[in-house]
Amino acid sequence: MASTSTGFIGRSVKPDKSSRFITGNGMYVSDVRLPNMLHATLLRSMHAHARIRAVDVKEALRLDGIVGVWTGREIEGRISAFPESFEIHPARWLEGVKPVLQGPRPTALAQGKVHYVGEPVAIVVAEDRPKAEDAADAIVVEYEGLPVVVDPEESLQARATLVHKGSNNNVVFSFSIEKGNVDGALGAAPHTLRERFRHHRYCAAPLEGRGVVAWVEPKTNILTVWSSTQMPHLVRRQIAAQLNLPEETVRVIAPDIGGGFGPKVFVYPEEILVPFLALQLGRPVKWIEDRSEHFISTAHGRDQLHDVECAFDEEGHILAFRDRFLLDNGAYNPMGLTDAYNTAAHLQGPYKIPNFSVTGTCVSTNKVPNAPYRGAGRPEAVFVMERLIDIIAARLGLDPVAVRRRNFVQPEEMPYHAGILYRDGEPICYDSGNYPETLTQALETAGYNELRKRQQELREQGRYLGIGIGCYVEGTGVGSFEGAQVRIDPSGQLIIATGATGHGQGHETVFAQIAADLWGVTLDKVSLVAGDTASIAFGCGTFGSRSTVNVGSAIYGASARLKEKVLRLAAHLLEANPDDLELGEGKVSIRGLPQRALSFSELARAAVPGWASKLPEGLEPGLEATFYFVPRTVTWANAAHLAVIEVEIDTGIIKLLDYVVAHDAGRLINPLLVDGQIHGGVAQGIGAALYEEIAYDQNGQLLSGSFVNYLLPGAMEVPNIKTLHLESPSPLNPLGVKGLGEGGAIAPPAAIANALADALVPFAPRVNEIPLTPDRVLQLLTRKEVNVEAGTV
Amino acid sequence: MMSSKRTIEITVNEKRYEGLVEPRLSLADFLRDQLGLTGTHLGCEQGVCGSCTILFNGETVRSCLLLAVQANGATILTVEGLAAKAKNGDPLHPIQQGFLEKLGFQCGFCTPGFLMTLYEFLNENPSPSEDEIRERLSGNLCRCTGYQNIVAAVLWAAERLGQSRIDNGNYFAP
Repeated sequence: MASTSTGFIGRSVKPDKSSRFITGNGMYVSDVRLPNMLHATLLRSMHAHARIRAVDVKEALRLDGIVGVWTGREIEGRISAFPESFEIHPARWLEGVKPVLQGPRPTALAQGKVHYVGEPVAIVVAEDRPKAEDAADAIVVEYEGLPVVVDPEESLQARATLVHKGSNNNVVFSFSIEKGNVDGALGAAPHTLRERFRHHRYCAAPLEGRGVVAWVEPKTNILTVWSSTQMPHLVRRQIAAQLNLPEETVRVIAPDIGGGFGPKVFVYPEEILVPFLALQLGRPVKWIEDRSEHFISTAHGRDQLHDVECAFDEEGHILAFRDRFLLDNGAYNPMGLTDAYNTAAHLQGPYKIPNFSVTGTCVSTNKVPNAPYRGAGRPEAVFVMERLIDIIAARLGLDPVAVRRRNFVQPEEMPYHAGILYRDGEPICYDSGNYPETLTQALETAGYNELRKRQQELREQGRYLGIGIGCYVEGTGVGSFEGAQVRIDPSGQLIIATGATGHGQGHETVFAQIAADLWGVTLDKVSLVAGDTASIAFGCGTFGSRSTVNVGSAIYGASARLKEKVLRLAAHLLEANPDDLELGEGKVSIRGLPQRALSFSELARAAVPGWASKLPEGLEPGLEATFYFVPRTVTWANAAHLAVIEVEIDTGIIKLLDYVVAHDAGRLINPLLVDGQIHGGVAQGIGAALYEEIAYDQNGQLLSGSFVNYLLPGAMEVPNIKTLHLESPSPLNPLGVKGLGEGGAIAPPAAIANALADALVPFAPRVNEIPLTPDRVLQLLTRKEVNVEAGTV
Repeated sequence: MMSSKRTIEITVNEKRYEGLVEPRLSLADFLRDQLGLTGTHLGCEQGVCGSCTILFNGETVRSCLLLAVQANGATILTVEGLAAKAKNGDPLHPIQQGFLEKLGFQCGFCTPGFLMTLYEFLNENPSPSEDEIRERLSGNLCRCTGYQNIVAAVLWAAERLGQSRIDNGNYFAP
């Protein structure tokens, strides 16, 4: 069997399949409108830590248009608690790492006590949204304030305020991993250093917040829920579990999603409460998060504090590395150790480090829960390691490029075993890539040598140009699985169903390119159904740079199964040998006899059950096949970022002059979409490095709760990004692809911080913390600290 | 809230509507909930993100910051009416086509606001520089694209409009 290649893979196919977004015809959760629909709003805690003495709803219930108010008391025993985390911990990882896990279990509405500003206390339902908000304003909650803990180091102290009653301390989990002999190597090394790095708290801030609509069809009792989620199948499972419903009676649809980036990967209280109310009231109920709510109710990200010791030799080879880090988890821990262990797994980066140990500790504080955000632990790791490399270079008077080159895993060492386990329980193995070449491409594109000359010239004029590098590796395409069903309908259309829904990545285009090439059809002959639990039995979701790897491979597997059936059917109908058939242009024909052909439409109509069936003996009706791809482990992408900045030392303002990304994510399906992912990731990383900060005061009150004081980068702040692609195919999946959705966001904090340290060498700043706001830069310029980079230690 | 509903008359995308509205209803909510024109999106409801940008009597406004009653008698253009502004039988306005050609969007949530801002901008400045484009875009937030491809889309559209003017006289001639 041969198939005519249509050659869509690798081409910058334009996003015509998503043209609804430019005509105003996208369908987001807030656009769902049902007859007789009610509207809900949440009353959220104003206190970071307090006991609820009483909730008085009498005034609220008297208002016009109010349907009801539900507090913790009304849902007790009717909605079960959330699990302590949604993360699945594979047995092999548990055995290998032996973590301590002791997270608290959140409830859908606070039960007697609130733990952060924004925690849901009551939900109000009314005929329209403004009436629901009026009623929420009329509810009187009597709080008894409790001591607040906002600092993660304080939270670790023996006498710290306990965030959750019934616990002995605020640690929610911890782990240690080691390879080699770190103590020995640290003791014997010619050079050592200690540094403390802080990667602050910020958030994903998708332009669309969260939202839920729920409706019960009265005759069938089928509960349909639309949610702005990255994980529709998980939401369904959780609704069924917490409301004690048969899973088959719950359908969850993730329609168009206005940006995900991580915090929409788990299940929130509203995703259980709104369906609960729809069931109680027998009417559709809608809740749409507003921006102020978003900042106090949707998970934040990052927030790690690292204490690092490192040993190295005269040439800059890293001999040993030890990191003890603390992650400020906020009040709950929805995603377990995902971020913290990702940090540990990515700290070695593209470097060979013979002796390595990490201890991660996650503590509760009275803040919004912390969960994965684009990169999920990796930007934190890369910030630490890439700053460290530059500090070593400065200490030894070497070019930071040379230190990187001396420590890189070399291409001939692939596959390279990094000596610790990945989060999936498998030993980390870098499967392919050429890290020195990736860096070379970035340097050449930026004109590194000329930049160094220019830097000297400008410095003599009192101007401060900085060049910063950030290299990383990224485990992509993580499991545990993703599925695809491939079906040929009677019109001849290929329908792909998958549980992994897109939020702007271009799934409709990418999966169509893959399917079109596998089947020898044009792109218009492929349709995608994604993010609807009714369309496929199992689904994982879209997160962690995984969809092209997992869904692409599942489409490949399902297509292989279906092709076999199609060819058997065609061979029967054409009275030919399957080996003599070829597949292309939407039909199956006998090789050399193109007029002896059957279209996909004819084949689909022949494959029906019953009187019209033309199936041969032993072939099941229907042209469809489902395949669940379970990756053995992750496949490793890599990149080198290079930032060029100029710092105004009078104002502390950093201006980005150039930004280069050399990137290797294996075989590329659509370079136009790849570039789009990289641009967007880098823009978010720039926001993290320079502008965005979730700040709390000592009472646990959020200080940056709107777009006025939480600054997203705009078109004036993000430069044009030069992207270069290397393609080291992955040996771990049939398409040779690696993931790339997160990559852009991983290195900018490191590259920009390195550029700042590089620009300000004459001032010897200690650039160990972001965001690099003008204030912080001015502080760095005036603060007198012992500093290794100026060689003053 | 006591109801003292007001009647408004409004022309949206060249169609006349009459509505009975609460005085506190925002123009964005009116367009979305009463007229069903859900292409106008709400990203912050605080006038910062620009997702709800529409044309109000020919000028861009944040529809989340206006009340529906303030729009009585107004002429409004929303993203749903943009394609009809294309000339020469094109199915899309050049700025929309530019977004497709250059991948000027990803999740699509902020996109309507950008398109409306840029429609006005290209009317005022048919051959803008990249710096001028970026300055004009500074009032709209996008979290997906990093803006680079949006800028490229505007340059594409400007070139297309320039070509169209040469071929057919002024593209925007009334």
